[in-house]
Amino acid sequence: MTFDPMSFDPMTFDPLAGILVVPALAAMLLAVMPGYRITARLNVLATTLTLICALSLFLARPQPGPYLLVDDLNGTFIVLTTFVGFTTSIFSASYIGHELEIGRLTPPFVRFYHAMYQVLMFAMNLALIANNIGLMWVAIELATLSTVLMVGIYRTHEALEAAWKYFILGSVGIALALFGTILIYMAARPVVGEGLDAMEWTTLVTRAGGFDPAMLDLAFVFLLLGYGTKVGLAPLHAWLPDAHAEGPTPISAVLSGLLLNVALYALLRFKMLLAANAEALAPGPLMVTLGLLSLVFAAFMLYRRRDIKRMFAYSSIEHMGIITFAFGMGGPLANFAGLLHMTMHSLTKSAIFFAVGHITQVKGTQRIADMGGLTVTHPVLGWTLILGVVAIAGLPPLGIFMSEFLVVSSTFARAPLLALILVFGILVALAALFLRLNSIAFGEPRGPSAKAKASYLPMFAHLALVSMAGIYLPPALVVWFEHVAKLLG
Amino acid sequence: MSRIDFDTAHLLAGSLVLISFLELYQDRLYALLNVYAMHALVLAASVAWQAFVQDAPHLYITAAIALVFKAIIIPVTLHRMIVRLGIHREIEKAVGVGPVMLAGIGLVALSMVVMLRVTHEADPLAREDLAFALSVILLGLLMMVTRRNAVSQVVGFMSLENGLVLAATGAKGMPLVVEISVAFSILIAFIVIGIFLFRIRERFDTVDVQALDRFRGERR
Repeated sequence: MTFDPMSFDPMTFDPLAGILVVPALAAMLLAVMPGYRITARLNVLATTLTLICALSLFLARPQPGPYLLVDDLNGTFIVLTTFVGFTTSIFSASYIGHELEIGRLTPPFVRFYHAMYQVLMFAMNLALIANNIGLMWVAIELATLSTVLMVGIYRTHEALEAAWKYFILGSVGIALALFGTILIYMAARPVVGEGLDAMEWTTLVTRAGGFDPAMLDLAFVFLLLGYGTKVGLAPLHAWLPDAHAEGPTPISAVLSGLLLNVALYALLRFKMLLAANAEALAPGPLMVTLGLLSLVFAAFMLYRRRDIKRMFAYSSIEHMGIITFAFGMGGPLANFAGLLHMTMHSLTKSAIFFAVGHITQVKGTQRIADMGGLTVTHPVLGWTLILGVVAIAGLPPLGIFMSEFLVVSSTFARAPLLALILVFGILVALAALFLRLNSIAFGEPRGPSAKAKASYLPMFAHLALVSMAGIYLPPALVVWFEHVAKLLG
Repeated sequence: MSRIDFDTAHLLAGSLVLISFLELYQDRLYALLNVYAMHALVLAASVAWQAFVQDAPHLYITAAIALVFKAIIIPVTLHRMIVRLGIHREIEKAVGVGPVMLAGIGLVALSMVVMLRVTHEADPLAREDLAFALSVILLGLLMMVTRRNAVSQVVGFMSLENGLVLAATGAKGMPLVVEISVAFSILIAFIVIGIFLFRIRERFDTVDVQALDRFRGERR
């Protein structure tokens, strides 16, 4: 299937084009439409349609073409991305409405924000379904640009500095990734021949056995540094806490829940490429090292956080570290655990950011010291946050406990020493999170206690899914993840 | 491939590395922009030569972008911008010339060792091109970390990007090169507009990135 907008025919509508065309059209519409109420609804409608298109990919899967491809691996990512994109758009409608009310955003900026939200959705979907390593690179660049613009949208000192930092570091990461992409092409050219074929996933993976291993190794190092910057792996993470803390909260949710995954997906694809070549270096140890480093580093950084959004941004670094570690260990069980952990983290972290978004709005601040006794002033928000933090810290019986348990137990069987570091990092992070949670949720009430006009549905839905996954995983999902885990090698 | 084809490509790519070194020790913004314009000019010549040698007419577009956008529009815009921002007389130096040049030499040696060892199976032109391109990329990175001024960081990023275009055009028959160079031009245009629209000067009273650190959320 090739994507060609000129031959678009509504009668033979295919869902693959849908997940690109819907956000693209919506972005154009939202860029010109005035009126907050209608545009917020249109934004939700567009993400709903995209989600439906993504789900229908399971019913009828198009054949891979030269540019686009859907297989079992990216199918998982697409559904997760479109689902969280959908729930975030519902949360965003009430969040942005409040920002408009208090005058933090003006109508032109809201229009811009909505258009950029859809551009981001388009870019992430394109990066996931691209069958061409060059196209994927362009899509990830587009996603970076659109988030940079949204991070700087409040135009305060902090927001501008965060956007600038994100911009420069993201651009360097993207530049390194492009160099890695060029090297992959150079490695493929003698085997596959010149032209588009030498940049196509489907061709590359089947022919990777004949590539020059030294070239592949070098390419992977650049790709790991480049896309690793976007994943937020320490020591390349410097942009992440600022970007999360200073942008609008729906964007923090999408950044943590989705964009980091998309960059990780790119890394996983290249890892599969290296795995297909017997003589190339094993990418596992590199990913394991970076993953553990991110986990332990972020766990300690959690202690001295005074800003609530910044704290959860560090928690995202921690969890991306665990996920990268799991995929780096490889093998069916660790890959399964990695996939499950990625899904659970996306759902939980975005739910936490939904709650945090409303909390910062009712309290009028992001400083942890200025919010206290949340369970008294805003019981629903307070207890939702507690449930979210319990989930993200990995306590039983919630979903993240299960995935972390799987990561740890599969590691204990193969490399007990690494598992010790892993458990140490997780425990350090857990203690830090609860230390802060205690002062936010309990104690003497501080700050305003006006009623919140919140949309609870998205966070309840996410947390319900996470709680359910901790107790009962549907067999169909288990079979699916097991299958994808085998693909990852 | 004839001898002269190879030698010319080699000469142009080598000059690019040399000009990267020139950029490293420019401490006045005007001079830095002029050297950058020269960098882009040589890149345009190098890409055009590759287009001719490889018989790939689409690369002429990339060469034209390099010539018009990077060698003329961007330097001129930045020139006017730094006048408007009132920083054209500023002299900046985070690290001394000596250490920076030594580090640069080390990076070039590193990229030669790495690339020439790894790519022994590739054809000689692409091989040397890639080694030069990696040198330009690393020198650009070095410039970004040794400078404090936002404008010179951007110049560092742009010369890094020139190295990428050099690598992409050196990889014979690589598809999407034109698209990628367009995407990069958009990125750079965004950065340049960003400097101006964000009015870093107005907001922060300086384009010294170190001053921006003051506004880190943690120190509120």
